[in-house]
Amino acid sequence: MNPQRKQRLYIIIGLVAAVGAAVALALSALQQNINLFYTPTQIANGEAPMGTRIRAGGMVEKGSLVRSSDSLQVRFVVTDFNKSVAITYRGILPDLFREGQGIVALGKVGTDGVVVADEVLAKHDEKYMPPEVNKALKDGKLAQAEP
Amino acid sequence: MSWTWFHKWGSPKWFYALAGRLQPWLALAAALLLAVGVVWGLAFAPPDYQQGNSFRIIYIHVPAAMLAQSCYVLMALAGVVSLVWKMKVADIAIHCAAPVGASMTALALLTGAIWGKPTWGAWWVWDARLTSMLILLFLYAGVIALGNAIGNRDSAGKACAVLSIVGVVNIPIIKYSVQWWSTLHQGATFSLTEKPAMPAEMWLPLLFTVLGFYCLFGAVLLARMRLALLQREARSGWAQAAVRQALGGGLAP
Repeated sequence: MNPQRKQRLYIIIGLVAAVGAAVALALSALQQNINLFYTPTQIANGEAPMGTRIRAGGMVEKGSLVRSSDSLQVRFVVTDFNKSVAITYRGILPDLFREGQGIVALGKVGTDGVVVADEVLAKHDEKYMPPEVNKALKDGKLAQAEP
Repeated sequence: MSWTWFHKWGSPKWFYALAGRLQPWLALAAALLLAVGVVWGLAFAPPDYQQGNSFRIIYIHVPAAMLAQSCYVLMALAGVVSLVWKMKVADIAIHCAAPVGASMTALALLTGAIWGKPTWGAWWVWDARLTSMLILLFLYAGVIALGNAIGNRDSAGKACAVLSIVGVVNIPIIKYSVQWWSTLHQGATFSLTEKPAMPAEMWLPLLFTVLGFYCLFGAVLLARMRLALLQREARSGWAQAAVRQALGGGLAP
């Protein structure tokens, strides 16, 4: 490589490094705003602003879902296995909503720490599985638990 | 270290001939891989235990998204070659790859929205992965617009090369967005180091469609580049000879 080309290459590497550093600084400054949701720990610590619409995300706690008998009102608890927060919601839940599933809820935090949600989104992970395998896994777990 | 092989690639005549030889094989591989992958994935792979059949859109969504990012990395590398070695072929590569990459990004965003509605419950959310992917689409649009806006071919090539190189900073952000921030989008489906978190009868068709998309991209890019090379080198002897040969030698010069 002749010296002129080498110099141009160094200029480009310098340019990319500078832009990369600038973007990294900007992103780390915006860290909080880029997160799609607050975790239950953040809400419990009071990091989430009161009275404005926020998103709360976490895993729906097993056995916490309570449906109202005469309306679409539901109440459930989401957890990050550290702290948990209660969420109330009136409306139709997405198909993938179930206990043990990750969700993101949009709503306001009340003074009692309960999130009143007006939209619930379901999260899923990258572990895709045929239904028979899932059933076999569950049966296996039950068989282990029983004896 | 010898650089002759590298400079050979920069010669339009040599590139035109080699691309012409590679292109039919890539097109054939793309057709076979895509046919097998799509039929297997859409008709025979098992449905997901949670999402049922709607998960099958993964066989288009993931390859399109991977290719959208790879295409941009390719453009950035071509940009470096263009600025450092001043090779015309690299400028042409950026010019020809940008629309293909933009359509792949649009396809990934579109299939993602269609997938998001039944699974997440929303067409679009402003999470880090989706937003950075949208920025990638804007970067592609910027490269295309810049290339068309500047009349002088050399300045246009230089501007597009710089934008391609600078924009590549977005690629690691897309890749790691799901790890750095809490997002609605799930983690990576494929990685080079780990086994995919799904059974083989689900990820094998995906591997076929991914490879098929890459081969299709290669074939389309080479076809576009050959045409662009001919247009640009229209006055040179080899280009005129190539056109005459393609027309069956029936035309007098």
